[in-house]
Amino acid sequence: MFLAKIYVTLKEGVLDPQGNAVGKALHSMNYKEVQKVKVGKYVELYIEGENAEEVGKRVDEICGKLLVNPVVEQYSYELVEV
Amino acid sequence: MKFGIVVFPGTNCEADVRYVVEEILGQEAYYLWHKEKSVKRYDCIILPGGASYGGYLREGAMAKFSPIMEAITDHALKGGLVLGISDGFQILLEAGLLPGAMVKNDSLQFRCQDTYIRVENEKTPYTCLYSPGEVLKIPIAHAAGNYYVDEKNLKELEEGGQIVFRYCSPSGEVLPQYNPNGSLNNIAGITNGEGNILGMMPHPERCSEEIMSGVAGRKVFESILYWLKERCAL
Amino acid sequence: MKSETWKEMGLRENEYELIKEILGREPNYLELGMFAVMWSEHCSYKNSKNALKLFPTKGKRVICGPGENAGAVDIGNGKAVAFKVESHNHPSAIDPFRGAATGVGGIVRDILCMGARPIAMLNSLRFGSLDNSRGKYLFNGAVSGIAWYGNCLGVPTVGGEVYFNKNYEGNPLVNAMCIGILNHDDLARGRAEGVGNPVMLVGARTGRDGIHGATFASEELSSESEGEGPTVVGGDPFVEKLLLEACLEVNRAGYLVGMQDLGAAGITGATSETASRAGLGMEIDIKKVPLREEGMTPYEIMLSESQERMLIIPKKGKEGEVERIFKKWDLEAVVIGYVTDDGILRVKNGDKVEAEIPARALTEMCPVYNPEKKEPAYLKETRSFDWRKLPVPENMNKVLLELLSHPSIASKEWIYRQYDHMVGTNTVVRPGSDAAVLRIKGTKTAIAATMDGNGKYCYLDPRTGGAIVVAEAARNLVCAGARPIALTDCLNFGSPEKPEIYWQFEQVIRGMSEAAEALGTPVISGNVSLYNESDKGAIYPTPIVGMVGLIEDTNHIRSQGFQNDGDLIFLLGRTEPELGASMYLEVVHGLETGKVPALDLKKEKAVQELCLEGIGAGLIKSAHDCSDGGLAVAIAESCISGNIGAEINLVKGNLELPELLFGETQSRIIVTVDRNKGEEMRALTEKFGVPVSLIGQVGGEELKIKVNGISGEVINLSISKLEEAWRGAIKCMMD
Repeated sequence: MFLAKIYVTLKEGVLDPQGNAVGKALHSMNYKEVQKVKVGKYVELYIEGENAEEVGKRVDEICGKLLVNPVVEQYSYELVEV
Repeated sequence: MKFGIVVFPGTNCEADVRYVVEEILGQEAYYLWHKEKSVKRYDCIILPGGASYGGYLREGAMAKFSPIMEAITDHALKGGLVLGISDGFQILLEAGLLPGAMVKNDSLQFRCQDTYIRVENEKTPYTCLYSPGEVLKIPIAHAAGNYYVDEKNLKELEEGGQIVFRYCSPSGEVLPQYNPNGSLNNIAGITNGEGNILGMMPHPERCSEEIMSGVAGRKVFESILYWLKERCAL
Repeated sequence: MKSETWKEMGLRENEYELIKEILGREPNYLELGMFAVMWSEHCSYKNSKNALKLFPTKGKRVICGPGENAGAVDIGNGKAVAFKVESHNHPSAIDPFRGAATGVGGIVRDILCMGARPIAMLNSLRFGSLDNSRGKYLFNGAVSGIAWYGNCLGVPTVGGEVYFNKNYEGNPLVNAMCIGILNHDDLARGRAEGVGNPVMLVGARTGRDGIHGATFASEELSSESEGEGPTVVGGDPFVEKLLLEACLEVNRAGYLVGMQDLGAAGITGATSETASRAGLGMEIDIKKVPLREEGMTPYEIMLSESQERMLIIPKKGKEGEVERIFKKWDLEAVVIGYVTDDGILRVKNGDKVEAEIPARALTEMCPVYNPEKKEPAYLKETRSFDWRKLPVPENMNKVLLELLSHPSIASKEWIYRQYDHMVGTNTVVRPGSDAAVLRIKGTKTAIAATMDGNGKYCYLDPRTGGAIVVAEAARNLVCAGARPIALTDCLNFGSPEKPEIYWQFEQVIRGMSEAAEALGTPVISGNVSLYNESDKGAIYPTPIVGMVGLIEDTNHIRSQGFQNDGDLIFLLGRTEPELGASMYLEVVHGLETGKVPALDLKKEKAVQELCLEGIGAGLIKSAHDCSDGGLAVAIAESCISGNIGAEINLVKGNLELPELLFGETQSRIIVTVDRNKGEEMRALTEKFGVPVSLIGQVGGEELKIKVNGISGEVINLSISKLEEAWRGAIKCMMD
């Protein structure tokens, strides 16, 4: 069994209203060093599979089909054997 | 004419659309459960607003896997009419029947209010009874109506007359301060290249009777009817 | 059993003794827990029951009064509306988003239990000041929670009211009201009739949510409770939407005997209440309950408050059909037991009996208390307060703008634009007027709905305050063109164990009852929320009234906005020298004291009848109730809503200027009529014996108010200036 930790964020160039709002809030709290904020989604999948390579392929497929909208979103993931 | 109104789990504007089709247009309307596999009997398919699958993950993301979507795609490829309103628009985007995607409103809040939109293309099956540039006072109700598309596709949309409605001032000027959700170029509604699929964020069914807030949306439905009858006559 | 055990569960010694007597033995831990939750104030009304008996509950339109999940009244054409209000104060104080959201979910299920389709939500919110980040966080959280749940569900949130006062800082109030519509034939009840009928649990799975939430709602809040995260239950509006559709489908198909939602006290509450109402018993097997988590104990299963669940008692043999309908909606429906004839609620875990309690003992046999009462000492002082000794401000324009921009008076657009208030396409008068109006499709009729409350009035004079809350709700409906038909209430108070608070409680109920009687609006449902206290003390005694009115003809729908240039403005009723308890004193002088305005119910009734007749005759074009901020604020609101000015001429008489402009004398309505209909209006008023005065004319782009004996205009402000103050206030504080 693998645990896939999937991170979904908005692509560069797509307006990120949540990220902007958090950024503004941090600045008003005086964290001026914060240059940029992006807010995304975190998804965990517990997924059966022989090896990381095979599971990775399935995760890519699942992201492409449902978890991610490629028009506005991008993703990355880590696999941990559990 | 027969209108098929698609019901996904979480859809909640189906009765409102049905009321307009039956009581105002005087046409037949049927609910189509999302698990149905054929839409052949219908002249026009409407995907009404709501929160399909709770709007979880992304608005419209899960509905695209319902069995009925294949039948709708088929219907659309053959030139059949498909209208997506609000959540229905989001589903059409997710399903790839229309280009682009929705992100959260720039206010990060749900917005339910009257807006003004300008008819940018009056030659579609959905707008053929409007005059060019006509301004409609029409309500919105959504949390993610902030339309985005990449530059290449935007250019195509602009050049192909696919942008059908844009948010504007009461007198018709397209300005950022009249954009209720941050959508690109004030886009409120688009069609596919062929013009038979329309997605729009505002709710025409909410302004189709005098007793509601005016009748600015009624001609969307009347246009469909007119267009269908014209096509039958040919 | 050790006394710590039952004390910890909130039971008193006499209650524990009674439990032993009922059972004829010591209760086990599970049984004790079931008693504790059912005998909490939240479920048993043990402290409030006797006072609540004062409410008038009968009327010719009442189909179903208090005692069921909600009340229902006839609205003609074979249709009825079911409605109720409920509080979710304590959860909202700790987790405003989830607390408010689940509050919406709970009240929707109460309406659903009646076999009604929910068509509108309203809510009444009371928060501390918005000038600090915690206040903003709580308020924003509650509004977002209501928006999220209601919008997803597709039930429009059409109205309500919001007040800000430091008094609610430690214990905000979130009261939600739901209105449902049904055909008389579809009326469902929360009864487990028919021995041998199956008992089904439907909807979401059962998890370890909010064990003992009902007891929690019956305790005072301390600042430690803010850390008690797990007790606030989360909700899922998507599942609720599926549950709603499935339950209505089962009811329509005629498979249903009884239906009950699982709220506070979970399975324990739903099973004992349905069995007890039918005078029967029930046997259930908790092994059959679909669980969300592993290893749950019988105690946890029986007391879980997981949301979006219902108990359904279908006709025997229809279990399969019910299951099929729920499956269509992707929901589980499981038979967990059946109705028995022995009156016992028997809880089994497979073959093992875990609890055996007479169902009635849980719902009916809790001791009822008559807490001690004592008139609070502060009233002597507040009643004799003389506002005429206060300095009178020079600039009334400034005062008016300050009042309009006070968040309690200012536009609530920032809130209601986050709520889908139009879905269902029935909302013909949207939020922002005296009452929301919903047309009833397929008929000529419409209903109007409002929520009202005034904690400050009730604090300063509970009896008059209670009556005023009812009268104002009725007046708001009348202004929309509706005849008030019934009310629901939520009584938010501090601890009833404090004699002063119980005195207020009873006085408020007396006042409300007198007004409800006089105005023909029986109390058909309600909720009591006690122990609303924090480190900062008890909240103001705050009864909230939700009222529904009927409009026979949609042509009679009115709103508050002035209509046309030249229309005549009449004031129905007369302004008295009253300024106590007013928003003027609060905003200008920082005082919340003085004598509450008097209420003469005969006068009130006459003014309301006059207004309704004037609307019915097509004479009155707009109507607006004078309430918070008095005459000047009411006129300004009518100008803003109509986007047109007015020229007003007032006669001062024996009044001081603040009393005339900002006093909150009751039984006053501002109406407009066509410029050539003034005589007709006067003739009509004579019939009702109501004092009426022509106070001005609609027109222009300013609000100008002149007062005889004072040179120049005491108020002269452009509509845009008024609107800026009124519309921008809350937005400015929140964004």
